[in-house]
Amino acid sequence: MAAEKAEMDALKKECDGLRAQIEAARKAVNDGSMSAASSGVASVGRVQLKLRKTLKGHLAKIYAMHWSADSRQMVSASQDGKLLIWDCFTGNKLIAVPLKSAWVMSVAFAPSGNLVASGGLDNICTVYNIKAASPKTLRELDAHTGYLSCCRFLSDTEILTASGDTTCCLWDLETGKQKVIFTNHIGDCMSLALSPDTNTFISGACDSLAKLWDLREGACKQTFSGHTSDINAISFFPNGNAIITGSDDCQCKMYDLRADQEVICYQDTSLNAGVTSLALSSSGRLIFAGYDDFNCHIWDSLKGEKVGVLSGHDNRVSCTGVPADGMGVCTGSWDSFLKLWN
Amino acid sequence: MPVINVEDLTDKDKAVMEVNQLKLEVKLERWLTSKCCEEIKEYIQALVEEDTLVKGISEEKNPFKEKGGCVIC
Repeated sequence: MAAEKAEMDALKKECDGLRAQIEAARKAVNDGSMSAASSGVASVGRVQLKLRKTLKGHLAKIYAMHWSADSRQMVSASQDGKLLIWDCFTGNKLIAVPLKSAWVMSVAFAPSGNLVASGGLDNICTVYNIKAASPKTLRELDAHTGYLSCCRFLSDTEILTASGDTTCCLWDLETGKQKVIFTNHIGDCMSLALSPDTNTFISGACDSLAKLWDLREGACKQTFSGHTSDINAISFFPNGNAIITGSDDCQCKMYDLRADQEVICYQDTSLNAGVTSLALSSSGRLIFAGYDDFNCHIWDSLKGEKVGVLSGHDNRVSCTGVPADGMGVCTGSWDSFLKLWN
Repeated sequence: MPVINVEDLTDKDKAVMEVNQLKLEVKLERWLTSKCCEEIKEYIQALVEEDTLVKGISEEKNPFKEKGGCVIC
């Protein structure tokens, strides 16, 4: 017992020493803030977007949504046990996919538009072919030992998943098998995002950490700390050199990958609700963050100021997404509606 | 690819995993934050004029606008 304790103490001491070294290295390069860099930048003023459409059709809380690469179709997932694929230009429902398990937490559209995937408390990521006469289950990816919190397609043959079992996984859709397992978080993984060049991805977890991973090697390259609660939402800045996180600690943060540290924090004393989701405008200037307070607040990413709000939902905003062409923003809520704004 | 069942990891395994990860991360070459923030600002400035959500959009060009309405001739 004493020997084991001594071993653990030695490991802990080593960890503390290494962490202190890393903090010192980060401090050494911290010679200027985002506020300083953006001091000469003109304000965006008040951002007042209009509600253009309310998409009605789900019968229970909406947990997730994802835009198609065509910036026109969008898929939403609700605990009414359905995925709905929408034409956002007309507001029409195109396809309904009935789910085996109603406890869905995540949904994704493949870049090709041929496939969608979803999963949740069933621990399974199910992939559907939506180009068939009626939606057909292509694969059931069953190996996670915890809930599926997030999934994203790389292509029609590969998909990334994040799970409550603390791991992320890259799957081969042709074989249905795991290709790479990403282990390093010590809390449930809640969200993931692919880098624009698809060589890396980032994950946010209940251990309050965000991690950057090499997709092919399986290795964790960098770890970002600072949040004091679960990271529910994560996204790459459009140039791939920074990441934005949203947390239950009511804050969003931007971390720069090359400086390996937080460069700005988006917080407001009047905001006492956790962040559930986030999306960036096409230039990266605006951050749309969904909160538990039923609103989606809009932040100026450079100046760190709140510049607008999307109000209209009658319950928590659970998901937020901006399409690839940047023409609008979609919010989805526990009130069972999706709203399109621009 | 061996399946690592996280539930099977002992506290010692987790501590060893953490030390190994920190040993990797301590070697990272870090850039000056002033340079990084400047680059982010410049990236945004170059694209913000084309950013619909910042600049707005005319009714005719808006793909999400509500269609319909009646015209009495």
